[in-house]
Amino acid sequence: MQPVLRLRGISKSFPGVKALSDVQLDLYPGQVTALIGENGAGKSTIVKVLTGIYQPDAGTIEIDGRAARFPSADAAAQAGVTAIHQETVLFDELSVAENIWLGHAPRGRFGLINRAAMRDGARRLLDGIGAKIDPDARLGDLGIASRHMVAIARALSIEARVVILDEPTAALSHKEIQELYELVETLKAQGKAILFISHKFDEIFRIADRYTVFRDGQFVGEGAMAEVNEGQLVQMMVGRSVDQIFPVRDRNIGAPVLTVSGYSHPTEFADIGFTLHRGEILGFYGLVGAGRSEVMQALFGITTPSKGACKIAGQVRVIRSTAEAVEAGIVYVPEDRGRQGAVKGLPIFQNVTLPSLGAVSRAGFLRMADEFSLARDYTQRLDLRAAALDQDVGLLSGGNQQKVVIAKWLATKPRVIILDEPTKGIDIGSKAAVHAFMAELAAQGLAIIMVSSEIPEVLGMSDRVIVMREGRIVDEVAGDRMTPETLVRAAAGLAVAA
Amino acid sequence: MTTPAPPRLIPDRLHGRTTRALRSWEAILVAVAIAVFIANSFLSPYFLNAWNLSDATFNFTEKALIAFAMAMLIIAGEIDLSVASIIALASTAMGLAMTAGAGVPVIVATGIATGVICGAINGFLVAGLGLPSIVVTIGTMSLFRGVAFIVLGDQAFTGYPPGLAYFGQGYVWWVISFELVLFALCAVIYWALLHRTTFGRAVYAIGNNATAAQFSGIRVARVRFILFLLTGLMSGIAAVCLTSRLGSTRPSIATGWELEVVTMVVLGGVNILGGSGTIPGVVLAAIIMGLVTFGFGLLNVPGIVMSIFLGALLIGVIALPRLMRRK
Repeated sequence: MQPVLRLRGISKSFPGVKALSDVQLDLYPGQVTALIGENGAGKSTIVKVLTGIYQPDAGTIEIDGRAARFPSADAAAQAGVTAIHQETVLFDELSVAENIWLGHAPRGRFGLINRAAMRDGARRLLDGIGAKIDPDARLGDLGIASRHMVAIARALSIEARVVILDEPTAALSHKEIQELYELVETLKAQGKAILFISHKFDEIFRIADRYTVFRDGQFVGEGAMAEVNEGQLVQMMVGRSVDQIFPVRDRNIGAPVLTVSGYSHPTEFADIGFTLHRGEILGFYGLVGAGRSEVMQALFGITTPSKGACKIAGQVRVIRSTAEAVEAGIVYVPEDRGRQGAVKGLPIFQNVTLPSLGAVSRAGFLRMADEFSLARDYTQRLDLRAAALDQDVGLLSGGNQQKVVIAKWLATKPRVIILDEPTKGIDIGSKAAVHAFMAELAAQGLAIIMVSSEIPEVLGMSDRVIVMREGRIVDEVAGDRMTPETLVRAAAGLAVAA
Repeated sequence: MTTPAPPRLIPDRLHGRTTRALRSWEAILVAVAIAVFIANSFLSPYFLNAWNLSDATFNFTEKALIAFAMAMLIIAGEIDLSVASIIALASTAMGLAMTAGAGVPVIVATGIATGVICGAINGFLVAGLGLPSIVVTIGTMSLFRGVAFIVLGDQAFTGYPPGLAYFGQGYVWWVISFELVLFALCAVIYWALLHRTTFGRAVYAIGNNATAAQFSGIRVARVRFILFLLTGLMSGIAAVCLTSRLGSTRPSIATGWELEVVTMVVLGGVNILGGSGTIPGVVLAAIIMGLVTFGFGLLNVPGIVMSIFLGALLIGVIALPRLMRRK
């Protein structure tokens, strides 16, 4: 059988990161191919190449054996490639039919939108996927599942030959997932080639005919689902070697600093309990959406847990605001640097002193000399690169902004520092610097929580790893059990290997 | 293991004090103020007269009192459009206190307290309930003045005790009025509050990125509440001065002042989207607006022309830096 879509030798680099390196992918008509890989394996990048959002640096794309190029999202749609994303952007104030046809609505006389054709087309598409939704309904009035069906109808409103489903079940209930499976069968029967991206092994085995595995931006293998088992797939995903070098650490773990018990939130997480010690690096691993950041933000006073207690250095503390968290000695370096990290518009030195204003003032009045000396001290320790301390922090590179955020927290002399994806999106050199610095801080007795989705980083830096899945702690791993297989299995909800 | 490279020394400041001063917005405002002053002194023989100039200050002192607090509020990314209505309500409350037979201290305290309470209502709605300040204060703008109308109808409070007149008509020394002294005093207090205290720093942080400020341990809601309280307080103080100067209260008192105050703040270089601006800039803007209004008054220019000129001045001064950068 000839593949509908054939990719060969696709490479794509970003400054400091090689996202895809010489990968291949084949999609066949009427078959579901599962794309499997860890976070950062290059799955999202290949989807963006296929939908014309990224241009590959090298490699070829063939459709029905003929070379094709997707210089724009429009070109990919013209060629019949469509994607249903984890979170498709839809418009609440528009009708279902308008959402489906936005951007390529059927035209009538004078180039005006043909509303009747639009409504009929929308009904045909919705019927085709078995969704009973009124095309004239306002999208904002629909529930999550119906919105999802509209997103799928929109994706199918172009004459699609290749359909990409990017983690389609992440936000769906059990019943809705069953409906989605039926839809996939319908699409298969229509002869469409389907690329199915998921972290959930049960559904991959249920609906995929073929698999392709990526690891660290490279193609690892492919084949028929019938000829492979879970263990072999996990093996391919994680590989054997951890090829990054992590700093050698003097492990000097002391008394408990932070004890969390029974932490629960109405929607985000439940029954979280753990203990963190002086000088320890505790890793939190899980899939995106497992609730790790939500737990950390509750500890930092951004959200308030509905139940549970938090003890710091033996004392029960109730943390209702970030100010109270800082007072208690808990600080948080967020994953979303642009929005939650540095305050762009303020100079570097004012960013560093922002949580320490009490220490650089007398009776509420700032002492400029103290401010500069504190900022100088901590930016130097982190080896910040900047023209001057009164420069706008927004002019710095991402890695240097991250250094400013870490510097601002270290200046508060915290007991516990929580690092949420500390090296995400920064180049290899800065990564190594952050890792070395973390090791140094732990050696000085700071207690560190590191939330990370990168297995090599979690294993290379942590003394212990807590694995979360769907808002709960599912495993705690230390010593010999700290292997990639254990983490992947626990995070995906598979039985622990014997 | 690699040995870490020696840390690089980062200078504190990129430019010296003089360069920063010359490049500042305030430098442009000083130039504009001087130009307006010179133009006025050529156009009217009555302009360069100590008593006339002293009279001119009444054009801006009361509005400027509110503009100081408004500047901080706008820098923090919020706005209060109810300030003129707070004046109306505070002045009405003063009238009621007078009718009840209160003395000057109680009348003054009533005006100020009414302002603070109005500010607290705005602050609670914005900082406590998280409602957008532009909507909240458009609502309270109608609400506060509406209450004043209900109390007064088409009547007016007159016959305030003579002792009250000092706040709007009194002179501390020679041509230096009480209001001018109050203006200068508040300018210094607000300058210190915004530019020299931890509170002022929090205001800038919130205005640039409220989320990141919260993630840096700043009590964002508390700061916002205090800012609305201060705006209410200053509106209350302005109400005392204005009522004293006019000697009467009508429900239409200070109509349209909210836009003049916002104009003053924006002309002073405060970014309407929040994050930047200074008190010296607002002081200069207040003086410029006062001089322009006074100069036009001396030349018998009708009020509508005056507002056309102020509008053009505002747009011109705001557009100038952008046009210069484009070259």
